[in-house]
Amino acid sequence: MAGLAASFGSGAMSNSMDDVAQQAKAFFIIGSNTTEQHPVFGTMLRRAVKFRGAKLVVADPRRIDITEFATLHLQQKPGTDIALLNGLMYIILEKGWEDKAFIEERCENFDEFKATVMNYPPEKASEITGVPVERLYEAAEIIAQNKPTAVMWAMGITQHISGVRNVMDLANFQMLLGNMGKPGGGVNPLRGQNNVQGACDMGGLPNVYPAYQPVTNEEVREKFVKAWGAASPTKVGAVVTEMMPGILEGRTHALYILGEDPVMSDPDTHHIRKALEVIDFLVLQEIFPSETAAYADVLLPGVSFAEKTGTFTNTERRVQMVRKAIPTQGDARDDWWITAEIAKRVISEQLSVISEQSRKIDMDAPWAKWDYKDTSAIMDEINALTPSYSGITHARLEKGERLQWPCPTKDHPGTPILHTKAFSRGKGRFMPIDHVPPAEEPTEDYPMVLSTGRVLYHWHGGQMTRRAAGLMAVYGEALVELNPEDAARLGLNGNKRVRVTSRRGHIEAEAWVTDRVPPGMVYANFHFPEASANELTLAALDPVSKIPEYKVAAVKVELTK
Amino acid sequence: MVNITINGQKIEAQNGQTILDVARSHGLDIPTLCYHKDLSPTGNCRMCVVEVKGGRFLSAACVTSVWEGMEIETHSEKVVKDRKLTLELMLANHPQDCITCDVSGECELQDLAYEYQASAPSWGSKGTLYPVDSDPNPFIRVDMNRCILCRRCVLACGEIQVRDVWGVAKRGFEEVIVAGAGTSMLEARCESCGQCVAYCPTGALSNKMNYGMARAHQVKKVTTTCSYCGVGCQFDLLVKNNKVIGVQSNPDAPVNGMALCVKGRYGYDYIHHPDRLVKPRVRRYLLEGKNKSDIREAIFDNRKSNNESSNIGSPWDWVETDWDTALNITARKLDGTRNTFGADSIGVLTSAKCLNEENYLMNKLARQVLGTNNIDHCARL
Repeated sequence: MAGLAASFGSGAMSNSMDDVAQQAKAFFIIGSNTTEQHPVFGTMLRRAVKFRGAKLVVADPRRIDITEFATLHLQQKPGTDIALLNGLMYIILEKGWEDKAFIEERCENFDEFKATVMNYPPEKASEITGVPVERLYEAAEIIAQNKPTAVMWAMGITQHISGVRNVMDLANFQMLLGNMGKPGGGVNPLRGQNNVQGACDMGGLPNVYPAYQPVTNEEVREKFVKAWGAASPTKVGAVVTEMMPGILEGRTHALYILGEDPVMSDPDTHHIRKALEVIDFLVLQEIFPSETAAYADVLLPGVSFAEKTGTFTNTERRVQMVRKAIPTQGDARDDWWITAEIAKRVISEQLSVISEQSRKIDMDAPWAKWDYKDTSAIMDEINALTPSYSGITHARLEKGERLQWPCPTKDHPGTPILHTKAFSRGKGRFMPIDHVPPAEEPTEDYPMVLSTGRVLYHWHGGQMTRRAAGLMAVYGEALVELNPEDAARLGLNGNKRVRVTSRRGHIEAEAWVTDRVPPGMVYANFHFPEASANELTLAALDPVSKIPEYKVAAVKVELTK
Repeated sequence: MVNITINGQKIEAQNGQTILDVARSHGLDIPTLCYHKDLSPTGNCRMCVVEVKGGRFLSAACVTSVWEGMEIETHSEKVVKDRKLTLELMLANHPQDCITCDVSGECELQDLAYEYQASAPSWGSKGTLYPVDSDPNPFIRVDMNRCILCRRCVLACGEIQVRDVWGVAKRGFEEVIVAGAGTSMLEARCESCGQCVAYCPTGALSNKMNYGMARAHQVKKVTTTCSYCGVGCQFDLLVKNNKVIGVQSNPDAPVNGMALCVKGRYGYDYIHHPDRLVKPRVRRYLLEGKNKSDIREAIFDNRKSNNESSNIGSPWDWVETDWDTALNITARKLDGTRNTFGADSIGVLTSAKCLNEENYLMNKLARQVLGTNNIDHCARL
């Protein structure tokens, strides 16, 4: 998101899934296992390829399922996306396939960008990526000759130390081809979780208030001081991958965690466990006793989506109703109620013990209070303080209106495509981007590359899907994908369990011998605590987004004894 | 533009429209079974036959395009008799077990048999030919005895999911729908999305997880948004006795229509899993007014014994409490930490699984109440 914000001024999927699926002449999927991670969108793309004849270029180190439908599959080495993109853009410029009018009218900084791309002739790009030169030419031709092309990506692009730069290079790519601001084109980062878009939109980030209003902006802070009646913190906060190490470094003393499971989902599990063991106070609001619950001091039972009413925002900025279908289980409570109760009680603590340290909140400020009747009342407050959501109310959604933000007023129809006339920042900015090698490359001791991710049948840390009987029947334990060549070299014959070791830890799991992964690469998931890939991953972070490099770690693979 | 007449009513139709399209867009009823608006029409079930003036045979409305001056009767005596006979032929090859069938009440064959007052003919039924519940797929129940060979499953898999698991084998009386080359569904690379179940007009394909649990009229349907990935599919939760017993496609879903994936359609049973947390819990030391730093050894011992309170009375044991106790402890601890170490010593992790409204409140709690920008979630992970 940070990458798109730099290039265009706002970071979100620019187009809608149906316009991409129905109007793109070509798709370029890079770093998204679409059919397993966004299955229903994946089937829309399959339909477009099979029945509409859309072209599909997939760039992925693994032979993921969607490659079956690909016109061309580029199997670049993990962590070489920039070299690949620059190589393709070199060819586009060499052939004169760039959209000169679009670049001239809508963009800036082209010359500086071009100078960088000129350092990536196809031969060099091929050497870095391992993709043959002729495949690069084929891919560039398919993409440039079948416009509009929609680019889709996910964590395969962002979970690198170069994640933000990868994204900016994709923005370059789409500006170069003039694929921005039109149906069937655009930059389309597919958001993983059901409401990760909404969590970002609602200010669940350390640098922005709701609707990406920067915490460093004086005017914005003033607005929230007035609304909430309390002084605004001035400096950008810590991201999760800083909070956790902060525990061991004496910076973080308490954590309030809502529905997250850092032991499963954060990099370098061993380190996370060490940190949570020594934290002064951890309050966890959850529906299951997760792996993280073992470290909690207080455990507050929230509810599942079937027990709550409110809204989720999907990957294409579409805000949709979630409706309560069953009563709250046991003595659990709505998550919004719990948060509001904590807030009210902290405020009353602050009022009861007047000291130098206690925080002063003016409860007469227009939105200072925490007395919400229901989530619709919370939405009223969101409307007032979140410009892109100002016009989105439960009442409109219940009437059947279909709204994608930005939706600034109560009669605004919503915005299916961003950047149609101008970019949020005015001109789209070309960024000169150079290849950065991954933080950890294979060595003699750790000769293989590990990449991590999820599988179709499970979800993230697995708290929900490991408790779904049918899903467990189909995919009941962690499998490590291993190429047949490597399996033969290891002497994997009958005995199918392997031990994968990185500098951080090791896991033992059954090997799935398959050419989905190329020789020298293994792929593991983090759904099962007994063999979670995050025991192995490293917390090397992108310097801007602080995203960990989940997609490249050096490991060795051995047979279990 | 072409001018046609249906049941004596003059209608302007578009070139290339089928009789069925035109009739339905004018609110005129023509029954269908194998036809579904999302799928390619095949014209194989013969339920939608109509009489076209001058035609030698009845025409299948779903695959016959209109032409200028076309005169159509949708319910002439001949048409109705023909449809009834078609239904009787289907019923002759269909078990007479509606009384125990899971989809009774939402079965399209049953509805049409009722409408046309058709029942299994006296010259008999071919009976049970195939094993009941014949496929090991954990989600999808297959009973080919109930199949009417409409091929919607074949089309749903081929055209919606684009996986081509289902096909048609053999001919004549032996014609049957098979997965792959007569293998199990999963062996035929089924992704268990359940699209075939959603489009099946009878009980041939139904859901294993709630088989026998409720019929259509016994459930409440609540339209909601899926809690797994960011695509934002909508569907109906099926609720009986305050329990979610199933997920059903809702054709009006903005993003996905009838389509769902295996997790969305079949990954719901965690909702009522016995592991659900239903009471607030706090560690015993908090109730005893102790400091965490003084009980480190007990925590260590407790961890060694696998987090279960085997050593009764450990200060690290969980104790179930009422809400006031748990919330007051939480508030006091958070406020105390703030006063001792500063607001930035507290971190707030909000949730990409929770509502916008809930995320907004977490943001407000961090910034207004605690006074820190230390708020994040798993967007990066």
